[in-house]
Amino acid sequence: MTDTPLVIAGKSFTSRFLLGTGKFKNKQDLSDSIIAGKSEIVTVALRRIDLERHEENILEYIPPHVTLLTNTSGARNAQEAVRIARLAKASGCGNWVKIEVINDSKYLLPDNQETIKATEILAAEGFVVLPYISPDLYTARALVKAGAATVMPLGSFIGSNQGLKTKEFIQVLINEIDLPIVVDAGIGAPSQAAEAMEMGAAAVLANTAVATAQNPAMLAHAFALAVEAGRMAYLSGLPLKHSIANASSPLTGFLYDNAPSN
Amino acid sequence: MITLHQIKNILNDIRPESVEELAQQAAQLTRQQFGRAISLYGPLYLSNFCSSHCTYCGFHSQNKIQRIKLNPEQYRKEMQFIHAQGIRNILMLTGESYKHTPVTYLKEAALIASEYFQGIALEVHPMETTEYKELFTAGVDGIAVYQETYDRSRYAQVHLSGYKKDYDFRYATPRRAAEAGMRQISLGILLGLSDVATDVFALYEHLRDLEKSFPGVEYSVSFPRLRTVKTESLAVCDVDDVQFVKIIALTRLLFPRVGINLSTREEPQLRDHLLEIGITRMSAGSNTSVGGYTLLEEKEQDPQFDIKDERSVDEIIKLLKSKNFDPVFTDWRHIENSL
Repeated sequence: MTDTPLVIAGKSFTSRFLLGTGKFKNKQDLSDSIIAGKSEIVTVALRRIDLERHEENILEYIPPHVTLLTNTSGARNAQEAVRIARLAKASGCGNWVKIEVINDSKYLLPDNQETIKATEILAAEGFVVLPYISPDLYTARALVKAGAATVMPLGSFIGSNQGLKTKEFIQVLINEIDLPIVVDAGIGAPSQAAEAMEMGAAAVLANTAVATAQNPAMLAHAFALAVEAGRMAYLSGLPLKHSIANASSPLTGFLYDNAPSN
Repeated sequence: MITLHQIKNILNDIRPESVEELAQQAAQLTRQQFGRAISLYGPLYLSNFCSSHCTYCGFHSQNKIQRIKLNPEQYRKEMQFIHAQGIRNILMLTGESYKHTPVTYLKEAALIASEYFQGIALEVHPMETTEYKELFTAGVDGIAVYQETYDRSRYAQVHLSGYKKDYDFRYATPRRAAEAGMRQISLGILLGLSDVATDVFALYEHLRDLEKSFPGVEYSVSFPRLRTVKTESLAVCDVDDVQFVKIIALTRLLFPRVGINLSTREEPQLRDHLLEIGITRMSAGSNTSVGGYTLLEEKEQDPQFDIKDERSVDEIIKLLKSKNFDPVFTDWRHIENSL
């Protein structure tokens, strides 16, 4: 069975595994992980890009075929996210932007309302906007209207490695939203990535798990395989799980009984 | 939340395994939250004029030291030096003097600093919200203000005169800075000034209170240990290395996302170990004298405190890399701050 490519804003990607670039112990590990994970989209916080220092510039470690997705990490409201995105574009980082608006330094949960506002503004300016949200149907619908290129719901708290704690809500988005749903945040193991893909997510983004692994490149590779496996399972028409055994039809079986009625 | 009693028990537990266990948990949590990234910043002393008399400080108003305030041309030179070393986050410090370093002076310094640095923080005298707003729009993103001790009577004993004498005004300073829009706020206690467990407990309460009111602020904490400059020791209790490690570890466990600063005051060997346990930010290439980078000869300098770790920025970078840490120079990209 062949898969169709992942298409975001008209651009096709073979890989459905996106990688974040924070928390790596060195930039070589990052570079090796991008290659081993076959990622074609990599997200970088503008605030971590030092354009002045060649050897410390993270962009030097991202292969040229990779699409750079600058994120607005550090923005506390829509206005700041918009400014960061514009600055990224002006700095030569392109017009793909992952909107991250976080006004809570403890839980790091995204502010959906402000994210919608920033998406409206930036999409109208021609940015390819990938907004990061807490999975919520109304927010996702508003993002579609606002011109988002994907919707990126969180699986669980960012950096927590807890997996798909928000599974049912993500499933609703997958069912109802006609944009690629990219599961972002909280994905701590390849099995969790596979689970998201089996549900029908278009792609998965991981960062902390890979960056903090003993062997980041090896884990990135494992993620790539898991994402592919999950995708194949989804395409195969994976039989649904049943919560209870359903061997018989206790309520309607009588309709087919041969016993004569009176 | 942890109780004072629990903190006391933890600090008094002398079994080596108790500190090891805390350190292990804290190290794991730090890696999960921050990876192996360590943010670096450079301190720049703008002025040592001070109207407060704090008995533990080398800059205090009664101390007969050479008083210097850098003019824009001079601090630009210092900034260029710090920038050339690769530093992109700057912490500008002064003594506590509204008269010599008023908001207008600090604003100008911030505007010039924004030509060279992506992150600008101040450690100066406490101000009003309106003044912080002015500084925020001039490009200042962070404020460091340490209560030093939360023990009111001890506070009164060591803060003899000047603005710093006002405990409550100082206590509410982080709140005013947050109201003005500051992104980063740093709290701290001078370990040893008073009963350590009580101070640590009160710092945690202060932090919790701020987190609830201003969740969007990135908080960090500092735990300088009391050291004196050219005078006798003022510590009422010595915080030994074991207790110090416990305080770092406990802070990480209770506040997983909060930054923990380590100053150059600690011995290099201890600093290197603490990096594994919970530290996320450190200063590099520090010089704690006004004009110390480019303007003064070493013999002319009266530092605020003696530095124990005098390694250059390059040496710090090498050290971090050799220990598998990623030195982070930019963790903010300067954008226009508006209210």
